[in-house]
Amino acid sequence: MNNKVVKYLLYILNIIFAIVIISPVIYCFNVSMMTMKEVFAGGFWSRQVMLDNYKKALQLAPFFTFIKNSLIVSCTVTFGQIVTGALAAYAFSMMKFRGRNALFLLMLATMMIPSQAIIIANYLIICDLGLKNTYTALIIPNAASAFAVFNMRQAFLQLPIEIKEAADIDGCGNFRFFYSIALPLVKPAMGALGIYIFLQSWNHYLWPLLVTDSVNMRTVQIGLGMLQGAESTDFRPVMAGSMIILIPSILAFVLGQKQLISGLTSGSVKG
Amino acid sequence: MRKKSLFRVIEPYLYLLPAMFFFVAFLFWPFIKTIWLSFAMTTPLGAVSSFVGLSNYISIFTSHEFRNSLIVSFEYAVMTVVCSIVIGFILAIISNEDIKGKNIFRTIYALPMAISAAAASVVFMFIFHSSLGILNKVLGTHIGWLTDPKYALGAVTIVTVWMNIGLNFIFLIAALQSVPMDLYESAAIEGAGFFAKHRHITIPCISPTLFFLLIINVINALQAYAQVKMMTQGGPSGSTNVIVYQIYQEAFMNSRFGMACAESIVLFLILMILTMFQFKLEKKVTY
Repeated sequence: MNNKVVKYLLYILNIIFAIVIISPVIYCFNVSMMTMKEVFAGGFWSRQVMLDNYKKALQLAPFFTFIKNSLIVSCTVTFGQIVTGALAAYAFSMMKFRGRNALFLLMLATMMIPSQAIIIANYLIICDLGLKNTYTALIIPNAASAFAVFNMRQAFLQLPIEIKEAADIDGCGNFRFFYSIALPLVKPAMGALGIYIFLQSWNHYLWPLLVTDSVNMRTVQIGLGMLQGAESTDFRPVMAGSMIILIPSILAFVLGQKQLISGLTSGSVKG
Repeated sequence: MRKKSLFRVIEPYLYLLPAMFFFVAFLFWPFIKTIWLSFAMTTPLGAVSSFVGLSNYISIFTSHEFRNSLIVSFEYAVMTVVCSIVIGFILAIISNEDIKGKNIFRTIYALPMAISAAAASVVFMFIFHSSLGILNKVLGTHIGWLTDPKYALGAVTIVTVWMNIGLNFIFLIAALQSVPMDLYESAAIEGAGFFAKHRHITIPCISPTLFFLLIINVINALQAYAQVKMMTQGGPSGSTNVIVYQIYQEAFMNSRFGMACAESIVLFLILMILTMFQFKLEKKVTY
């Protein structure tokens, strides 16, 4: 009896929490379809499917350019972090060399330096190199990360050591082993890491804000801020803009959810 | 033969080279540059004009603005971290039970981690809007959530908590699933109820994860920027002027890069102490 009550309570709690957590996204979707009258009435639901606000958002700000920029930057950053991370992780996990521990500590040390604390110096460096308003500026400071190195190292360490020994005996070179045996075996971990990096890069705000000031170099997040600044009275196109930039990240999340969760949590604390 | 062995010796370093190049160029070098600039006066373009010793540090610690931003950041961090972890924990507990549709619930609970600070900010700006916002309509009030110094930091906190729930939930549910089942079984035999079970078994078992999340959340909270920039611009009257926003203002509005770098170093020191805590912890709990 008592058990049944607990179970009903759990259902009710889950439903309430789920509604509260998802409602800002649904509300955003609804407002993006509303007429001005509905906005003033202050309801939650919109009565029609209407794309006018999306059209207006696209007129006010070149969202397709922003999306193109963000895709170029996020995909390159993801690719860069995985390549640099996998290579370094391979050396740290499969090779023996002098100074391995010291270099690994150095890698650890990079985690101590938060990106926000060095962002001004990085900005000045990019300016000195004359790279403001370029894709290079948006990409290179994020082309490698200690997080990626650790994650890939974790994955390589889980491979059975016998494979490597057998390859050594057969005279398989390191790079061939890395490229055609080790990498395919850690594909799931690489996928999870890739989704995580992509989401993070897609959602970056401060760095793109600093290094771009021409409209056609801006990324989606800054574009949304611009739209919000331009439209201070009518929120509907801003909500439409939010939906446009949310769709790729929600898609990436839902598609990669399972891998993402196991990948993110496996390398952390074992409770 | 000799050539091959030379290649063998340098080969590992070649694998490390790309990552190390980026770390040196965009992490270590700017870090040194930040320290360097924190002792200097700069031109409006960021070039060093003269060295002034500790005077930047002295002026930031005597400036009301910077001290205020430390306090604001601290309050903000405490509020977001406590709420994010507590809510994440509740969600993990209630969706870890054997109920129908739990996968849907879990997806929804994890979803906010995919949402950017910019998008979350504009949605909540409308929810918090003083005349059109649904929050005031539901409550029947006319509170200026983002324009009243009493409420603004709380409003920014709510947005951040919402964005943080996903990550906390994911780590906590993974931790819950690693708690040995037989502990619960023996508790059930002894007749422990729902709350006793979680208080005496769950919380002690997942305490390493809780501590890990505590540190991660504090570090993230101290680096918050986008939601403040978009929702309140640090106002009203400095009530949401968190430390990273203060640094941004100092550098890009006042063009005082030296002061901004000194403030960055203070931020770095705070975060370093926290990160060291975390490394110590991880060594202790990873068997």
